[in-house]
Amino acid sequence: MKLWREFSKGFFKENAVFVLLLGMCPTLAVTGSAINGLGMGLATTAVLVGSNLVISLLKRWIPDKVRIPVFIVVIASFVTIIDLSMAAYLPDLHKALGIFIPLIVVNCIILGRAEAFASKRGVVESLIDGLGMGLGFAFALTLLGSVREILGAGSIFGWSFLPEGSTTILLFILSPGAFITLGFLIALINVMRRRFA
Amino acid sequence: MAERKKLPSTFFNMVVVLTLVCVVSALALGFTYSRTKDAIAQGKINKILDALKIVLPEFDNNPYQEKYTLETAPGLIFYPALRDGKRVGTAVQTFSSQGFGSEDIRLMVGFDVSGRIISVSVLGQAETPGLGTKMEEPSFREQFRDKDPASFKLSVKKDGGDVDAITAATISSRAFCDGVDKAYTALQQETER
Repeated sequence: MKLWREFSKGFFKENAVFVLLLGMCPTLAVTGSAINGLGMGLATTAVLVGSNLVISLLKRWIPDKVRIPVFIVVIASFVTIIDLSMAAYLPDLHKALGIFIPLIVVNCIILGRAEAFASKRGVVESLIDGLGMGLGFAFALTLLGSVREILGAGSIFGWSFLPEGSTTILLFILSPGAFITLGFLIALINVMRRRFA
Repeated sequence: MAERKKLPSTFFNMVVVLTLVCVVSALALGFTYSRTKDAIAQGKINKILDALKIVLPEFDNNPYQEKYTLETAPGLIFYPALRDGKRVGTAVQTFSSQGFGSEDIRLMVGFDVSGRIISVSVLGQAETPGLGTKMEEPSFREQFRDKDPASFKLSVKKDGGDVDAITAATISSRAFCDGVDKAYTALQQETER
């Protein structure tokens, strides 16, 4: 039950994007389509699970004064591994996400979870926390990407449901659309949270 | 380390721990790099080979191995297509830095021996999703098929050319034309000599 709570908090109660407003840079930049949002979210999840696992395992051996450098080395290694693996096996998605894959290193969700959670809790809890927070992030990015893609391009996951040449609300594909969509989604989540709280 | 206490932050401890963490990371990265290196390189070549098959007429040589470059056309790569020892066409790998995205638009343009465009394939682009990215769709690319740039002006209609630009992506369309034009011009210069 407790583990379930650690897992599910990432989706709703402490959702990184909609509630904590962390990791805004990749959130706004890559969510032009649903598949990009999902890919970015899953890549971040993989890094988060890996770094949470390793840091919770190592926590007793890391002297306090060098904990941030150690965290960054661990996180950067996982990011580079994901980056290379995606370039090798998912070249198209890797191309679409571009610079934002290496930039997962500086995503504050990951360092935040390492500092606030994994360096203090047990291995299993940290693993679940990483998985929950990561998938919550992926869920948020996919939702954002889907809304923008549906309104802006008339398609979902690359599958177009409008006849060719029909007019769509292009604004949503462009950068301002990211801010507008995010604002409305946060408002929606807040209303839902209040209703269910 | 019998107790559940943290290592104290002495200078020695910090140096040892940080060094060990870095060494292990480096080993993990080295291992990943050596495992993915070939797949990444192969992926890039495959992309070019696929594009060559699309934009060239049937050939029986290996254009990828016989590729060449020209000093007069920096950044362009030429892939000759031969059948029964006779030249049937040339694919030109070209680019344009005038796009809307953060990186060059890279194209593969196939020409037959008379200089007509056979087809264009997009190798890479970072244009705006949903707008400029439509250059990869047939509705835009197909208008270049079987066109002779001598009579088909390679610029968008807004600039007095013959190309229908992508709606709301004039800059990307312009860049696309620029890339194709670069390939055509370079190929013309080569055949004149």
